[in-house]
Amino acid sequence: MLVLARKKGESLIIGDNIEVVVLGTEGDTVRLGIKAPKEIQIHRQEVYKAIQESNQEASKSALHISNLAHLLKPKGD
Amino acid sequence: MAYVQLATAACGPVEIEENDIVTFPHGVPGFEEIHRFVLIKPEPELPFSYLQAVDELDLAFVVTDPFGFFADYEFELSEADQSDLSAEREDQLVVLTILTVRDDLAEATANLFAPVVINWETKKGKQVVLHDSGYSTKHPLLPAVAQEGRG
Repeated sequence: MLVLARKKGESLIIGDNIEVVVLGTEGDTVRLGIKAPKEIQIHRQEVYKAIQESNQEASKSALHISNLAHLLKPKGD
Repeated sequence: MAYVQLATAACGPVEIEENDIVTFPHGVPGFEEIHRFVLIKPEPELPFSYLQAVDELDLAFVVTDPFGFFADYEFELSEADQSDLSAEREDQLVVLTILTVRDDLAEATANLFAPVVINWETKKGKQVVLHDSGYSTKHPLLPAVAQEGRG
């Protein structure tokens, strides 16, 4: 991993068109500003991972849909 | 009109119209390389559909209209998401939520944090992320069903 030290207000350029600016720090939180083309998806890593995991689990559900029908039927039907 | 036959794992052989294929330019998280999906509604009387991958026949999600189960559900589509979907008007858009159904049906959950939004006119889709919305990836579906179904 490339490690760089940056001061508040300084930035990095990634590739041709992505800029990451260090806006400031507060305790152990670093605030970053990111300038990137619209087609570049930017996610908080743990958020993206949570959705990945949710989708992976959900993808195993498809074969259960006939059972889901029973869920909506009144009991004793 | 061009028709395509798909031998899906979830609901067997189905015939779809090529025009109904929705393109997800970014895929969906966890399946980023899968770009083409189609909505299949095998049982019209049920409020559930499959979001079936066209090029990966083993992959399908169970989806539903979240507003039918969660009456208070609401969110604002970010400008970036509107742009990705080429969305100009709200009536172009369909919102779906992905369900996770485990062995115990009572534990079925809805991912309200990352709904699937489809623009029916441009046939573009995206699983959007509702940052700071307070919604989670696992809202129990059953309490919602129990409330709706009572009476």
